[in-house]
Amino acid sequence: MIRFDLLIFGDTGWGDELLISSIMTILVSLSAMSLGVFVAIFTTWAKISGNLILKIFANFYTTVIRGIPELLVIYLIFFGGSASIMYVAKIFGYNGYIELNAFTMGTISIGLISAAYSTEVFRGAYSIVSKGQTEAAQSLGLSKLHTFTKVLAPQILKHALPGLGNVWQITLKDTALVSVTGLVEIMRQSRIASNVSHSPLTFCLSAAILYLILTTFSSKIFNKLEEYSNKNNVAA
Amino acid sequence: MKKFILSLLTISVLCLSTIANAKSIRIGTEGAYPPWNNLNSAGELEGAEIDFGNEACKRMGVDCEWITQDWDGIIPALLNGKYDIIIAGMSITEERKEKVNFTNGYMTDGARFAVLKGSGLENMSVAGMDKVNLNGAGGKEQAAIGQLNAAMQGKTVCVQSATIHQNYLEKHMAGVVEIKLYQSVDDTNLDLVAGRCDAILADVGSTIDYMATDVGSNVAFTGPTFSGGVFGDGVGGAVRKEDSDILEMWNAAIAEMLADGSLSDITKEWFGRDISM
Amino acid sequence: MNFELIYNNFFIILSGLDETLKLVVISLSLGFIISIPFALARASSIKILSQSAYYYVFVIRGTPLLVQIYLIYYGLGTIEFIRESFLWFVLKDPFFCGILALVINTVAYTAEIFRGGIQSVTKGQIESCKSLGMNRFTMYIKIILPCAFRQALPGYGNEMILMVKSTSLISLITIMEMTGLARNIMYKNYAPVEAFLAAGSIYLFLNFLVVQLIKFLEWKYNPHLRIKT
Repeated sequence: MIRFDLLIFGDTGWGDELLISSIMTILVSLSAMSLGVFVAIFTTWAKISGNLILKIFANFYTTVIRGIPELLVIYLIFFGGSASIMYVAKIFGYNGYIELNAFTMGTISIGLISAAYSTEVFRGAYSIVSKGQTEAAQSLGLSKLHTFTKVLAPQILKHALPGLGNVWQITLKDTALVSVTGLVEIMRQSRIASNVSHSPLTFCLSAAILYLILTTFSSKIFNKLEEYSNKNNVAA
Repeated sequence: MKKFILSLLTISVLCLSTIANAKSIRIGTEGAYPPWNNLNSAGELEGAEIDFGNEACKRMGVDCEWITQDWDGIIPALLNGKYDIIIAGMSITEERKEKVNFTNGYMTDGARFAVLKGSGLENMSVAGMDKVNLNGAGGKEQAAIGQLNAAMQGKTVCVQSATIHQNYLEKHMAGVVEIKLYQSVDDTNLDLVAGRCDAILADVGSTIDYMATDVGSNVAFTGPTFSGGVFGDGVGGAVRKEDSDILEMWNAAIAEMLADGSLSDITKEWFGRDISM
Repeated sequence: MNFELIYNNFFIILSGLDETLKLVVISLSLGFIISIPFALARASSIKILSQSAYYYVFVIRGTPLLVQIYLIYYGLGTIEFIRESFLWFVLKDPFFCGILALVINTVAYTAEIFRGGIQSVTKGQIESCKSLGMNRFTMYIKIILPCAFRQALPGYGNEMILMVKSTSLISLITIMEMTGLARNIMYKNYAPVEAFLAAGSIYLFLNFLVVQLIKFLEWKYNPHLRIKT
């Protein structure tokens, strides 16, 4: 049933490949999350800025990405992404093939999904930070940029932390869907191992345990971060 | 701010673009189709096609890089430029020729139904024919197909999706059997043994490889060996239509290897019999 | 971009809508019912109940749905003991395996949502119940659960959308719902973008309907929140 001999490290076991694929999962989740947060800053700003066109674009983006199954988004970006990049490159006169490697494709597809969720988190956090903060900052003569970076952003970040922790978990688990891009992360590696060794139980369980370890550690880290950011809260 | 810069850096570092290099060829393969191409537990590709590809590259004097890709995305990824040629047990069919060009066939293997021993379906013989070639199928072949359909009425047949085997079932057995589609051949093997499938249709070589494992020891062939027609004309390498230079290089290497017998040696080593074209 | 292909694909993929809807409706209904005892267990003061429910939620939410699906379909299928038992009647069929995986998954998330709802019922309301002489059962049925459901509506609406999206993963265990049909089209035409755009728009429309349903339910069951102009 469960073949522990297949999980050892070295040439006859898949243990080492699984470990490397776990690291790959962490790396692609980290880069997707960073990309997501980066993009979310712009889309949140588009939503709250009051400019109607920007708001419509940003709403369209988050509605579509959150309304279509992740598998389809990843397929669309994987199959459509290279084609559109080459199309754009053709406009600039470059006629060769530009190929984005599996890691980049994975990052971009999951990153764009993650960005849609992060946008909602930031939007919610922004609405919690009271308008009074902005007014107080302006009455002190702080420039718009300083108001944002020194007053609003830290508070938004603090309120966004629990939501971002949730988005991180979602991002981490969504990496299991990128096997179509060829990226060898935990899910793909365990499918490869199970196909070769004809023992799906061993490797599905290993994959589940690996993901559980990653999500547990992540929630512990996020809990510590939340404690740290809340330590200066005035007691209610 | 730090997060900002960190993310910017991450993104720029990650945008590694590879531009196709004429001095090196990227070969796309599935890596889940033993003994054609397979990943072993050391994480390396091995199989008849791997040996064939490496030998061909040596003769062409180029560096070869192997890239694995799930079967269902293998042709779209070629068209997107992820690699330059597909060497993955891909049969040459008219349908595929609309999108890609094929090298000359380098190996050929028949397709056959496989069932569990004791299921009552094993060792079916149809019209006394061992081999059914669907090229220019006449009355005898049609009779064989008809007999097979009658014997398998209402059964569940499992195949890998996007394969000639799926095409055969949809063309000749639609409405007769329930067709189930899977991501990889091993998934069909697993479900055959689990009893979810009454039969599978796959390459002879791939099923023989599975029968040699201990979980697959209960599997037996049934019915005739099919070739031709919807099964295509042998296995070839797929290249993009505009890459005629890559096509010529590979055809030359294939012709050379067929002539000096190295291709038949490779297939004998992996398949136990000579399946070179 | 071949628009004629998208148009043709549309109707092929639409034929998979019934499988998708079957998966959504059955999994959500079963999940809703089964998650209530789980939510009660999570909110209960009996340590062993709340701990076990906690670990269940923890494990299910900590692993991707795809892993759970593969584990149930392929993993359990290799265990001889299961193949010979009466469980095989359910586990043999990929549709039931899909339902099982979706239900197990949704129960974990829904139980947490309902737990939040249950625990949000204020102490004052519970005290009033007790002062009226209600027994526990009546208190739960008449006051706590209805309040909890109202509170949980937005969160549960989210879960319903997630369920519609999760059914697309069931295409990986041979069920020909919309995503499976879209992939099949991709194999035939080598035009993945057209196939997936067609499928994506249908999912988008489904989720739009779900959002409207939730808005309606919120309007109907939260009369005190309706803004009077």
